[in-house]
Amino acid sequence: MAEITEVPSPFCGIGTDDLTIQVDGISLKVVENGCAVNSPAFEQAITDTCPRVDGKDVSLDVAVARAAALLKNTNQPVIGGCATDVNGMRALLALADRSGAVVDNMNFTGARNNFLALQDSGWMNTTLAEVKNRCDLLLVIGIDLEGFSPRFFERYLWNKESMFMDDTGKREVIYLGKAPSGNASTSPGGQTASVFECVNEDLPDVVAVLRALVKGNPIRVDSVGGIAVADLQCIADKLKAASYSVVTWAAGALSYSQAELTVQTISEMVKDINDRNTRSSGLPLGGKEGDQTANQVCGWTTGYPARTRFSSGYPEYDPFLNDANFLLGNGEADALVWVQAFNAKAVPPVTALPTIVVGRSGMTFAKEPDVFIPVGTPGIDHVGHAYRMDNVVAIRLKKLRESGLPSTSDVLNAIDQAL
Amino acid sequence: MLIKLTGGAVYDPASGVDGAKQDIYIQDGRIVNKPAGDVQVDKEYDLKGKVVMSGAIDMHTHIGGGKGNIARTLLPEDHRADPVARTDITRSGCGHAMPSTFVTGYRYAEMGYTAGFEPAVLPINARQAHMEMADIPILDKGGYVLLGSDDYLLRMLTAKKDQKAINDYVAFTMQAAKAIGVKVVNPGGISAFKFNQRKLELDEQNSHYGVTPRDILRVLATAVKELGVTHPLHVHGCNLGVPGNMNTTLDTIQGIGGLPMHLTHIQFHSYGTEGDFKFSSGAAQIAEAVNRNKNITIDVGQILFGQTVTASGDNMRQHANHKHASPNKWVTMDIECDAGCGVVPFKYKDKNFVNALQWAIGLETFLLVDDPWRIFLTTDHPNGAPFTSYPHLIRLLMDRSFRNDVLSTIHPEAQKMTTLASIEREYSLQEIAIMTRAGAARLIGLQDRGGLSAGNWADITVYTDNVDRQLMFEKPDYVFKDGELVVVDGKVIHTKWGTTHVVKPDFDASLEKDLQKYFDRFMTMKLGNFKISDDEITEDGRGSLTVHPLKGDVA
Ligand SMILES: [Zn+2]
Repeated sequence: MAEITEVPSPFCGIGTDDLTIQVDGISLKVVENGCAVNSPAFEQAITDTCPRVDGKDVSLDVAVARAAALLKNTNQPVIGGCATDVNGMRALLALADRSGAVVDNMNFTGARNNFLALQDSGWMNTTLAEVKNRCDLLLVIGIDLEGFSPRFFERYLWNKESMFMDDTGKREVIYLGKAPSGNASTSPGGQTASVFECVNEDLPDVVAVLRALVKGNPIRVDSVGGIAVADLQCIADKLKAASYSVVTWAAGALSYSQAELTVQTISEMVKDINDRNTRSSGLPLGGKEGDQTANQVCGWTTGYPARTRFSSGYPEYDPFLNDANFLLGNGEADALVWVQAFNAKAVPPVTALPTIVVGRSGMTFAKEPDVFIPVGTPGIDHVGHAYRMDNVVAIRLKKLRESGLPSTSDVLNAIDQAL
Repeated sequence: MLIKLTGGAVYDPASGVDGAKQDIYIQDGRIVNKPAGDVQVDKEYDLKGKVVMSGAIDMHTHIGGGKGNIARTLLPEDHRADPVARTDITRSGCGHAMPSTFVTGYRYAEMGYTAGFEPAVLPINARQAHMEMADIPILDKGGYVLLGSDDYLLRMLTAKKDQKAINDYVAFTMQAAKAIGVKVVNPGGISAFKFNQRKLELDEQNSHYGVTPRDILRVLATAVKELGVTHPLHVHGCNLGVPGNMNTTLDTIQGIGGLPMHLTHIQFHSYGTEGDFKFSSGAAQIAEAVNRNKNITIDVGQILFGQTVTASGDNMRQHANHKHASPNKWVTMDIECDAGCGVVPFKYKDKNFVNALQWAIGLETFLLVDDPWRIFLTTDHPNGAPFTSYPHLIRLLMDRSFRNDVLSTIHPEAQKMTTLASIEREYSLQEIAIMTRAGAARLIGLQDRGGLSAGNWADITVYTDNVDRQLMFEKPDYVFKDGELVVVDGKVIHTKWGTTHVVKPDFDASLEKDLQKYFDRFMTMKLGNFKISDDEITEDGRGSLTVHPLKGDVA
């Protein structure tokens, strides 16, 4: 039995790297600094170790050969999931380039809300250490932050010491839209967050009014989405009075059509605050299970985020038409490769097409794929790199045990070679 | 395998060879002396009428790190205009302003470049810089780690820690980030912006730390020198882009007190305030100061007309410049109490007075600085223009009539505000070779690169002499990287992986105890997870590290 300290997590998105994990053979136990997201993700047992073809156990070589044979006869394969580490994404993109596939990260439809806003007008954003040391007002829009990330407040808001604040307990937290599910946002001194609830679909109006108030534009109604304009005025005043406010949202939680306009309004509001003689920054939440990693590696390899096709021989980005589910649904795709090294529950969409799954051990399928190759999890079974939510910090993932499982890149490189 | 390059005109300033016809022999990746008479040559290239130089080295190009990837993500429309298809030996990608990593490697190699150095590696983002550069084929690479707005250093300065302590921290950071140099961007200003300061003069205090840019420059330049790091402190000064900033630049040169200092993209820091538009060229005064102060080296950061994107660590100045964004979208980031960045697309127009004069100021600088060993050819890729415009820039420097033809087409008021038409100088091939090869290797401290004498790595570029220097430098006949032929007639025919150049200055191990406490108190990762291990560069089987000696090391 061994104990490994300072273990970084690729699961929670906020880059916790202070976990202590007990290793007993191939079983793991988080003994310090676990949480509802990380502990089960690390502790999940290995069940499959053997690749399968048509439901029968085979060697890795046989499974790779079968996968290559399936891909060889396709015109438009789709590689979905795209949940792995940097080296896994490198191999995935090499395979996509060779096979003319469409690459689509499974969380892209959510992330698209951010990309469309970014690619239309940009933003002013910040990273977690700036939040930890500088943020005096946190405005949380449309997300239950502690449900998303259980240790966010403990690590980045109620930290005992900060570089620039005498008392982090004096920080103010405001929720707009969703209410918090617990009391992690309550300060150590007992100060609770202010909460202004509205339904998701009213967020566009609420955020638009808030931005107008920040700019000093007159508003002719008394309430919007059930929230009093006077309350929004109060939030606007606090944003303008704060030294370094941070406005956070999760693109994937804004689950209504044209939510990119909400992200854009938030981001433009942050710019407006910075034109009013104080500082403010945005903080998009995300980064779980390799979604930032997929977009980063695809970004430097192709120029585009991870919803890109290679069928013309060069990368083509379309945030709508390259949606894997859309391509599977309308008959454009003729094979599916599903890559998901982090989450055994994130199984591929059911399809009649030839399906190859390169997935975390323990996946159970409604329909057995043609090929299933269980792979090791980055940060557990092999070393690797993953991006944190703020897209700046890549964490160095550790190998915690000797499971014998191949890495995503081992498997995808082997298929690439076989082609 | 023994390769012989026969009869080319060799321009090798590192050995003082200026166009002499010489044969070059290559074995096991290196240049070797002429072997004994009975040794069989396996492959011979007849280079009569050809020009032979070592592979070019770009000493300042933004090819790795987060801000470049933000720039890529921001501009899908720019990529769409320049798709790059895969071939049997090359990967697909995109080109123009901020090319994908693979295309970066191919296009540099196709112009005869064999190395590029990322000048702004944020310590906290260094992993990304190295991971991106690991996906750039053919080229050697390396980075200058960014200090000067990081809380730990500013805290040390506030506490008046001694120079030795600062040297230790600089050495630690260079090792942790796997760097070969140290850069400072808007010294203390990136931090000041986070405290809502919108400008910071050379002698103005950061409102929190009470430290001035001048203080920061002095201690960092001293640290670099005392650690024996060959590459002088690499400085992106205060007030980038601000009319009148030539005085800041002159003051910066004066204030460094003779310490080695490299002033980067100096074109953006050479502006006066004369004329109807209160914007004028300070190139003559700056060049004169550079000529006089032998401790100073510069690269130009030439702008060339067209669409590009500016990506800088200088969040303060990039925020101020966002009103010029074209297309109108831009990003700034505050980063980890360590640094920042700003990404602003720019379209430089020859009919815009300011852009036209910026173009002329860059060229004046090239032509008025006497010593080609102390000036380097850059566009600050992609900030002034994409690196693919280098052959055009070389023609502007080597061909006065071409230069004057272009000059006659720019904004007429700008033509009146530049002395360019009267400058007769034309760069020689040897001077180009100094700026882009021998000088760059010497400035960075690269051992066995940038020269063609025996013992050097065989990074070699062969051109066909052509009075149209743009055509000549666009399309080398052959490029060898570590002795392997990678380019023929301006096209990649074979790919390989270059090495990562670093230095490893020593530091007092007790520093890590302090840093560990500091990281636990304030940062968002553990110190042990912050440091980049050698494995991270080499474990994929493609990357390698080349450690260069420090000054004073016994070879
Ligand atoms: Zn630069």
